[in-house]
Amino acid sequence: MASAAKKLLMDPFSDNNPITVQVLGICSALAVTVKVDTAIVMTLALTSVLTLSNLIISVLRNVIPSGIRMIVEMAVIASLVIIADQLLRAYLFDISKQLSVFVGLIITNCIVMGRAEAFALQNPPKDSLLDGLGNGLGYGIILIAVASIREFFGFGSWLGFKALPENYMGNGLVLLAPGAFIILGLLIWGQRTISKYVED
Amino acid sequence: MREDTKTLTFAAIVCVSCSLLLSGTAAGLKTRQQANEAFDVKRNIVKAFGIDIGQMDRPEIESTFEKHVSEEMAGDLPIYTWTEDGSDQPSKYAFPVSGKGLWSMMYGYLSLKADLETIAGISFYKHGETPGLGAEIEKSWFQTQFTGKKLYEDGAATEFQVLKPGSTLGESSVDGISGATLTGKGVEALIRKDAAAYANYFTSIKGN
Repeated sequence: MASAAKKLLMDPFSDNNPITVQVLGICSALAVTVKVDTAIVMTLALTSVLTLSNLIISVLRNVIPSGIRMIVEMAVIASLVIIADQLLRAYLFDISKQLSVFVGLIITNCIVMGRAEAFALQNPPKDSLLDGLGNGLGYGIILIAVASIREFFGFGSWLGFKALPENYMGNGLVLLAPGAFIILGLLIWGQRTISKYVED
Repeated sequence: MREDTKTLTFAAIVCVSCSLLLSGTAAGLKTRQQANEAFDVKRNIVKAFGIDIGQMDRPEIESTFEKHVSEEMAGDLPIYTWTEDGSDQPSKYAFPVSGKGLWSMMYGYLSLKADLETIAGISFYKHGETPGLGAEIEKSWFQTQFTGKKLYEDGAATEFQVLKPGSTLGESSVDGISGATLTGKGVEALIRKDAAAYANYFTSIKGN
């Protein structure tokens, strides 16, 4: 892969991670990370929405009238999110029940709008597609990391499989939102220490 | 002026294509989604009748429902009855229960044995309680406690109680969930409320 394309795809995993570096999409990172399976489905939903919205907005970038630019972006994003939500309800009913409103709330996830505004409007479709894919998966990797820690300590399992003995008393703190905050904070600290990123 | 026309045309095209796409998706997936929702209701009714559905797949649950469960109306209250193979008298009765939990509404089904006093099973299928705490209401350790408890006595609903874990339990009380007192209070309230609503119906069929 050409190095520019590789950079677009791989940067969001660490050096420019949407959650740990840009601190976007925190709301859903707290809400849907109680179990690994919901985190994975949320990752797939967000990644597909982000990739397609970046692609569509990038294709339209030279014809969108500047006055209604953001409204058009919202219309594209909202339509994609509704389609994703409908598909989940039809094919992954149980998980969509657990994710409840959070799939719909992808519309307001700052990562999606943020990448459309900051990247897709200035760059050709192929780069925008890779940027969307990279950012979606970069978001997902943090989501799955948080969910793994929460499910392991909270339920003693991972992805539904028992990982700790049956008599393990689940830790209630990690299952609540404050527990997710603490885990996310530690992840951000760890990631920034490794990548030596400092806020200006 | 020319610029305005362009903007309006563009907006119109975006609106029309988005709405076509969305209505197409919604129409195409509707039957499947409705089937999922209908199945979810059936699954929870079967579960409320005290059937262990843990190992059953979807067709098995569907066929169990078709074979044993029928729906009736008692005035404007829905009633589900369970009939064993080879019998023509229902052996269990179930009705929907719902009420406020800590965060949002909780919905479930509760079933009674043939004596019309003792609980046969309970299930919760929709709630917004805290995972790991209040959400334990959907776990089997919590739900199996209800089996065998008295819901009615002498034609009236008992004062059903969800107590602090570790309390001495009576005929009409179950252990609550530690760390989820308010969810437990909600379960207690919804059982009392809906048991009272169905008291007349069960008294009336008991006479027969």
